[in-house]
Amino acid sequence: MDERPTDKGIVLTEEQKRRRRARSIAIALALAALVLLVYVVTIVKLGPGAVQRPN
Amino acid sequence: MTDLSAIDRRPEAALATSAAEVADFLALMKPRVMSLVVFTAFVGLMLAPGHFHPVLGFAALVCIAVGAGAAGALNMWYDADIDAVMSRTARRPIPAGRVLPGEALGFGATLAVGSVVMLGLTANWLAAALLAFTIFFYVAIYTMWLKRSTPQNIVIGGAAGAFPPMIGWAAAGGGITLESVLLFLIIFLWTPPHFWALSLVRSGDYARAGIPMLPVVAGRAETRRQILIYTAVLVPVSFAPWLLGFAGPVYGVVGAAAGALLAVLAYRVWATPEGRASDVASRRLFGFSILYLFALFAGLLVDRAVLIG
Repeated sequence: MDERPTDKGIVLTEEQKRRRRARSIAIALALAALVLLVYVVTIVKLGPGAVQRPN
Repeated sequence: MTDLSAIDRRPEAALATSAAEVADFLALMKPRVMSLVVFTAFVGLMLAPGHFHPVLGFAALVCIAVGAGAAGALNMWYDADIDAVMSRTARRPIPAGRVLPGEALGFGATLAVGSVVMLGLTANWLAAALLAFTIFFYVAIYTMWLKRSTPQNIVIGGAAGAFPPMIGWAAAGGGITLESVLLFLIIFLWTPPHFWALSLVRSGDYARAGIPMLPVVAGRAETRRQILIYTAVLVPVSFAPWLLGFAGPVYGVVGAAAGALLAVLAYRVWATPEGRASDVASRRLFGFSILYLFALFAGLLVDRAVLIG
């Protein structure tokens, strides 16, 4: 892979940028799935109680 | 102010930039192993007494799958040195240079903690504790210790692969019972003949990597004998769920037919000491052993469906 240290620091190649973007999208999708899972599990476990304040 | 002069600009430091594709991280999770884990955990979940919400069951399975993937990633992180010298594993993401060891460690550790906590919150803490113990057992006991030190590595280490149906059973609220321990025992006894059949074919690989697999340490004849012994114990034990009445006739028939075939294939491995025929016999046993375990657990599932229906 062609990546040379320069005065600007490490400059990523176009291929590395593409892969980093793909990884970022995958992390975003995984986090969104986690949020959805926690939301759905909370609703199923607590039902209407999820929005009721304790007295 | 940040001191930019502190940045490591040597060429080798530049190489420490990730070149990983998303698929490489998926490969770290050993998806083929994960599929058997998910299936056996699903059967444990379905067979357990009592009722649970399907969404919670699905969430529990996701947690178990991710936990298994985490264990796979941590295994690949620790075993990268030996993976690099074995032809079967040399193309894995770390030895191939696509994923950095630190990335795999961070990935595996994050998923391990996340999956255990999520399983505790969605199902119960007994199931979460079992999942945590399974990951610990696979990574610390099997990968770090047994694999490189004893030919009994996959016998004892096989426990890690045997826990998923117990985790599924516990996640459904069934606790730890004789039935779930039996499911554990079936996979535990299945692992040695399954893995040793592969190691007979790949013994050169293991010898090169310095892994004390049974064919390397005790020889092919002893390995073939042990395969036959474990199969002879496994097949009768596999009938226990049926004999104890927690599986029905479908399981009994499937267990008898598949067990007979497994015994024949194990006998052929034992009776074919050398040459290409020996490799063919070992490969057949290895391939069929996967189908055997799948068939047994599918039989349990069908019986349960018939019982409910």
